[in-house]
Amino acid sequence: MFYVSMFFQYISQYVKTRLQYRADLFVEFLSDLMSQAINLIFILVVFGHTDLLGGWSRDEIIFIYGFFLVPYAVFSAFFNIWDFNERYIVKGELDRILTRPIHSLFQIILERIELESLLGAVTGIAVMVYAGSRLGITLTWYDPLLFIVFVIGGALVYGGIFVVLACISFWADAKTSIMPMMYNISNYGRYPVNIYNKLIRFVLTWILPFAFVGVYPASFFLEKEEWYLYAYLTPAIGVVFFSLSVFLWNQGIKKYRGAGN
Amino acid sequence: MDKYLEMIRVRFLMMLAYRTNYYTGILIYSINIGAYYFLWTAIYGGKEEIQGLSVVQMTTYVAISWMARAFYFNNIDREMAMEIMEGKVAVELIRPYNYLGMKTMQGLGEGIFRLFFFSLPGLVIVYFIFPIRFTWDLGVWGLFALSILLSFFINTQLNLLTGITTFFLYNNAGLIRAKRVIIDLFSGLLLPISFFPGWVQSIMKFLPFQGISYVPSMIFTQGFTTQEAWAAIGQQFIWVIVLIIPIQLLWHIAKKQLVIQGG
Repeated sequence: MFYVSMFFQYISQYVKTRLQYRADLFVEFLSDLMSQAINLIFILVVFGHTDLLGGWSRDEIIFIYGFFLVPYAVFSAFFNIWDFNERYIVKGELDRILTRPIHSLFQIILERIELESLLGAVTGIAVMVYAGSRLGITLTWYDPLLFIVFVIGGALVYGGIFVVLACISFWADAKTSIMPMMYNISNYGRYPVNIYNKLIRFVLTWILPFAFVGVYPASFFLEKEEWYLYAYLTPAIGVVFFSLSVFLWNQGIKKYRGAGN
Repeated sequence: MDKYLEMIRVRFLMMLAYRTNYYTGILIYSINIGAYYFLWTAIYGGKEEIQGLSVVQMTTYVAISWMARAFYFNNIDREMAMEIMEGKVAVELIRPYNYLGMKTMQGLGEGIFRLFFFSLPGLVIVYFIFPIRFTWDLGVWGLFALSILLSFFINTQLNLLTGITTFFLYNNAGLIRAKRVIIDLFSGLLLPISFFPGWVQSIMKFLPFQGISYVPSMIFTQGFTTQEAWAAIGQQFIWVIVLIIPIQLLWHIAKKQLVIQGG
């Protein structure tokens, strides 16, 4: 209960600070929309020159992209920890966090919340509806439920990977640029995995399972039966990776000695 | 002039001190090139060529456009935004140099550093991983060199423009991000301008973006004939000149209404 009330306290504070610079907030919305539009334009232009991409049609690829946007939006809203090392370890902010009576990871997530990213989920759903209607996808009563489960699974996969990366700073305090690299790798998950070679496909499925954020769960709704097994695995992979990352985080906190100032 | 050259040198040395950051950078770019390599191979499927580019040329295009990006790309828009928000710009303004000129030189120092410590080793690495074909025609390399220098100026000028808007917007992180995405797409980094539908291409002709990535990459992959290359370089040059006007204009207005937010 305490955690829930903290959650809303932080959110109300957050909304206040964001509304301070309204013009910028607006531009930020626009820039999010624009980067999503640009990825779509890329797909559209590419399909002006080909009919199939590794056996997937234009609308299917667009649908996958739309799906990807939803867990990604949830992830970016709540796991804005890419600068954890600089912000919390190097500047010693983590000491402040540790003196407080809530779980440290939870608190950092709340501090760095970026709710405006959730707008991406709206775009994603709109894109899915557009592509889905062109593909003639029919919905059954359990599809929306599965959708929510898959989205949470995908967001947890993302969150898990990035929390693990943040944990690296507990053991190695040197500045690394692994985080931006991971953002780039995550882009691989937006496209059907069968266009990549075996090694990359394996990595995207079992080691850095970004394929579970986009193509695998989306293929369930596209009725691609050969990927159903992977689609059903999505929530499991999400929970496993996220629990692993929280475990690692707790170990890291125990080891944390402070960077000095 | 001396002090500007000195600024290039200082920035270069500063980057040199933090060079370990760049080894991971090369990896990031290689990963990006890899992603696009697989994507493009799938897009080509069995096709010999699309819009006059073969799949090897396309791979080379992707590789060279990312490596050229390392040279022309800089964050001076974000640096300017920080300096303006923190009020440091006030001190910068009373120093005996042109602030914008100095920022450009810092960007150039950074660019030269990345050219030698990032693009060159990076190119060698991707050359061995992906099927890329380089030309050994020195004339092409010469045109390419001239062209990426102009790319640098166009991109930097757009960054300066974005940076100056901080004076009016106070916090322009969103705008900076928007600018970056637009440049990635419309400069031809993600896909050659010739792949766009005709009407888009004709609009792009009147915009400076394709001078940033498309022109040098097409010169390098020999998608342009020598004549086309010279025409494109001429256009880049015109944009460098034209962009000076809005920068000077905005800068003039901005200086008059400087607001420091705390500090």
